[in-house]
Amino acid sequence: MSELLTPLLGKSYDGLVQVAELPRRGMITLRGDISTATMRNVTTGLTGTAMPGRGRVELAGDGMLAWMSPDELLLVLPADRVPRALERIAKDLASAHHLALDVSDARAMIRVSGADAAVRDTLAKLAPVDFSAKAFPAGSFRRSRLAQVPAAFWCAGAGDFGLICFRSVAEYAFSALSNAADPAGTVGHYA
Amino acid sequence: MSTRLAKGGRLIDRSKRLDFTFNGKQFSGQAGDTLASALLANNQTLLGRSFKYHRPRGLIASGSEEPNALVGLGAGGSFEPNQRATTQELFSGLSAQSQNHWPSLDFDIGAVNARVSQFFPAGFYYKTFQWPRAFWKHLYEPIIRQSAGLGRAPTARDADRYEHFYAFTDVLVIGGGIAGLTAARAAADSGAEVLVLEQSADWGGRAPVDGGQIGDLEAEAHCAALVADLAARPNVRMRNRMMGAGVYDHGYVLGYERLSDHAPGTPGPRHRLWRIRAAQIITATGAIERPISFAGNDVPGVMLASAIRDYVVNWAVSPGDRTLVVTNNDDAYRSALTLHSAGLAVPAILDARPGGGGALAAQARAAGIRVETGRGIARVLGGKRVTAVAICAQAGEGAVLETIPCDAVAMSGGWSPVVHLWSHCGGKLTWDEAQAMFRPDADRAATGADGLPFVIAAGAADGEFGLAALVANAHQAGLQAAERCGHSARSGRAQPLPEIVDLPEAPIEPVWMMPQGAGSGLRAKAFLDYQNDVKVSDVQLAAQEGFESVEHAKRYTTLGMATDQGKLSNINGLAVLAGSLNAPIPAVGTTTFRPPYTPISMGAIAGEARGDLFQPLRRTPMHDWHQANGAQWEPVGHWRRPYCYPQDGESHAEAVAREITQVRGGVGLLDASTLGKIVVKGPDAGRFLDMLYTNMMSSLKPGKCRYGLMCSENGFLIDDGVVARWDDDTFLCHTTTGGAERIHAHMEEWLQTEWWDWQVYTANVTEHYAQIAVVGPKAREVIESLGAEGMESQTFPFMAWADREVAGIKARIYRISFSGELSYEIAVPASQGQALWDRLLEAGAPLGMMPYGTEALHVMRAEKGFIMIGDETDGTVIPQDLGLDWAISKKKTDYLGKRAQARSHMTDPNRWKLVGLETLDGSVLPEGAYALGAGVNANGQAVTIGRVTSTYHSPTLGRGIAMGLVLNGPDRQGEVIEFGQLDGGRVSARIVDPVFFDKDGEKQNV
Repeated sequence: MSELLTPLLGKSYDGLVQVAELPRRGMITLRGDISTATMRNVTTGLTGTAMPGRGRVELAGDGMLAWMSPDELLLVLPADRVPRALERIAKDLASAHHLALDVSDARAMIRVSGADAAVRDTLAKLAPVDFSAKAFPAGSFRRSRLAQVPAAFWCAGAGDFGLICFRSVAEYAFSALSNAADPAGTVGHYA
Repeated sequence: MSTRLAKGGRLIDRSKRLDFTFNGKQFSGQAGDTLASALLANNQTLLGRSFKYHRPRGLIASGSEEPNALVGLGAGGSFEPNQRATTQELFSGLSAQSQNHWPSLDFDIGAVNARVSQFFPAGFYYKTFQWPRAFWKHLYEPIIRQSAGLGRAPTARDADRYEHFYAFTDVLVIGGGIAGLTAARAAADSGAEVLVLEQSADWGGRAPVDGGQIGDLEAEAHCAALVADLAARPNVRMRNRMMGAGVYDHGYVLGYERLSDHAPGTPGPRHRLWRIRAAQIITATGAIERPISFAGNDVPGVMLASAIRDYVVNWAVSPGDRTLVVTNNDDAYRSALTLHSAGLAVPAILDARPGGGGALAAQARAAGIRVETGRGIARVLGGKRVTAVAICAQAGEGAVLETIPCDAVAMSGGWSPVVHLWSHCGGKLTWDEAQAMFRPDADRAATGADGLPFVIAAGAADGEFGLAALVANAHQAGLQAAERCGHSARSGRAQPLPEIVDLPEAPIEPVWMMPQGAGSGLRAKAFLDYQNDVKVSDVQLAAQEGFESVEHAKRYTTLGMATDQGKLSNINGLAVLAGSLNAPIPAVGTTTFRPPYTPISMGAIAGEARGDLFQPLRRTPMHDWHQANGAQWEPVGHWRRPYCYPQDGESHAEAVAREITQVRGGVGLLDASTLGKIVVKGPDAGRFLDMLYTNMMSSLKPGKCRYGLMCSENGFLIDDGVVARWDDDTFLCHTTTGGAERIHAHMEEWLQTEWWDWQVYTANVTEHYAQIAVVGPKAREVIESLGAEGMESQTFPFMAWADREVAGIKARIYRISFSGELSYEIAVPASQGQALWDRLLEAGAPLGMMPYGTEALHVMRAEKGFIMIGDETDGTVIPQDLGLDWAISKKKTDYLGKRAQARSHMTDPNRWKLVGLETLDGSVLPEGAYALGAGVNANGQAVTIGRVTSTYHSPTLGRGIAMGLVLNGPDRQGEVIEFGQLDGGRVSARIVDPVFFDKDGEKQNV
């Protein structure tokens, strides 16, 4: 098998904060009734995380489980586990109406990290989201936009944010983030 | 003359000299100066020419309300016209040019307009340019463009950086004067998150200049203490050099931060546009002094009384050696006293009120200043500079009682609260008769989605001018704002207000014209709107001609329509209009206040969206390969797709011909990744697709593909594509490249609003896949050589799909064709797209395989008579127009568009229908050309009976081919019709079958 290419080929930029593509991971989009015990068991079992509440993400080791909408979850797990995970979902949810798809290559995953306030300032240049520590603490997850493209953001911890956007606009997202992280562009709002 | 005083100047640093130029002339100022104060300190009082009459103009004001002192700043990529000298902080090396003068500021030819000003009354342009119409384009417009306009548009690309910032807060305080600071502290004490904006570099607003005692402290020290207090609080954020530009619905506010206008060359963005969401907004925007309408009130040297005070106190600049003061209220006495204590002469104070002023007037008299009550200005003498003032009785018609030599005039017609931001989102005003001003009506504030008010005016912006009342009002505003966002004053640590004692003042008496009975000669030299040269006589003429509505009079006279939006002229203008109409001022009302408060830069609006970030560019997984291999790009939605791949020296047409010949005769490769791919799954998926597509999808067998058409509920064709059934419950719908997001949204809309109880989920997986079409008679050889097994038609027929490994990569192969050739579209995860592309190219090399672009794709589909959404459709075309009746199910009881397609207009036999077109001479028909019928229509235009929808040169057939919609076209096979050309000529074409090539479809079935 040939090398699997990520959309940004692992690019990174160091400015006010660091903008870096995250290594390739498996992603599964799962739509269905997310309130059932079966759904909770199969998803948390696969990601090794707790079940996220509304607007939240749960992270543990390689796994991540994000609340996308009232009927959609995003599972993140090592890429090589995706085929078996899909089989497992199909089996456990056989009797429940659902849709589970491998979307590992549909998106780019970017990490924005550095001093917490600088990271929040940088993201706030591009997304109409309240990134204050109060409104967006660790574990927050928000689907919004990054300048002109859709994106979802989460806060993994102080100064450690992740985001996903569609693969085709990964270059745009990376450039916009790098531009926003220009070393001379300090805002000092979240300081 | 105007000059720098030896002492004082609270904002300047005398130890730091800054050199700058104005119209190329060298000047110097001090750190802390504005460009205006520095020019004034250098006795440069003539700063520009007026818009219409090219009259000499100087400074009127000291802040953002300044109408005259607009300059062009910088050069090249940093040039910007229409910058206010009063709000531009001085920096070393600043280069400014005056505007609207020709050939020079001192000698201006356009000033002849002023001599003949009686020929330029209100509505001049409307009246003059009615007739003859041709004169407008060829005569008037070029002349006006040459002579009018303030400032020149920049020609070079903007060299600076800009950005946006999204902020959220409980309470936003707009204005960092004493009211804003007081309100901010009250809100912060209650526990609210507070953001305070101040448009200038300095906090405190007018209070430090106007003075007063607040508790134990002078106003200036009190403000400094407030700033220090607020700055130390974790729940307060303060931004200076940031203007609240506009207030919008849902507590949305635009803030315009000017980061380096005071220090160009500083790295980082020049402007930052803040997009703020605030639960509550406090507008502590202060007030603006009004000019008085007397003849010659625009002669350089005539200024607002408060501005004169500002220049003396803030920048130690004397606007003149002898300043005459004219007023209708007590406040202007402060200016007289300030000038007096700076050692400057005040030859007289003309108080238009017969009874004169209060305590401040007594102080002025005690200081030995001559005070004349019941007096006004008949006219100002002087051209480029005030030389004297002729005084008269305010109650009279302007008979000159005395002429007083002076070189500056300080005028005050009273104060108008800055209600702009209060009003932007619907806050209403009320007329305060006693203070002669419009002020915010707290009972009719702008309201949010909950029906509750979200804007509070504070301090002078709320119409409170006495220091004690102003501070109390602002404090209350802060408490109220905090309470409205859920912070109780009791839970905080609200502090008691300090004691403030105000001097007793005599009430203002409105003066809308000076003198009251001014004749036409005086009225025609009394300016209301300095920037647009609108005089008292113009507004009166508008009223006389029937423009009774203030909005109409505004547009007829252009009052308040310049870049200052009438900050000085608004109230005076409508008072004159009211006077002319014999109506009370509140009955006339104000014009609408619209954002931005003062103009903001285009760069700030664009933010980061320029250059590479102007628009997102969507890339397929093979984008970089296309780029490296010379692809000529074509924009398709936000994607870039290769149009063709020209080789050495080839024209695009030659490249396209080569690509087509290679595909038709051998094998080619197409990046089809951009086509939309939407998965539809669930027990009701088949039923759902039967509603979305015009044909039957539920009967499709797993493993098979079917072409389908989608219509809007009005019956018009909106998209097409191949549907593959993955399993019993799951379908993959291919859409057009531009249709993926739109069709996905269309599906979700129907599922969420109409068929919410159907069990269907959809997902747009377009970007997960790289999809590569291997096309041509030798396509099978190529993919078989890469290990794909069972590709022959017996096991893998046309319109089927199969999972195979190709070059070791797990792939789903769709045997579908848009070219009429043997064709396999191979879908693999995007991460492996480039790898598959590379392996396919290697494998196909012996067969001469080469990539082809969208133009070859389009020509080949046209040769086959396949329609293209966006070419054959334009939102008015139904499938029946295109002869696609075979793809419309007769069995289904319903599908989106079915009922619409039964409407009489849709079933009209005279609808233009799709045919093929072949020119008799083999040439290519022009794009979009119309087929011409006999005669002309009611508008005298040629009758049209059809139009070209697609037209190409077909290298396969060696001639031009086209498709078009033609009246009764399908019944007229073989007929020759004529098409118009742009040069007026005509070209003849024969109506033929739209399928030009391989009519039986044998090639795709091999």
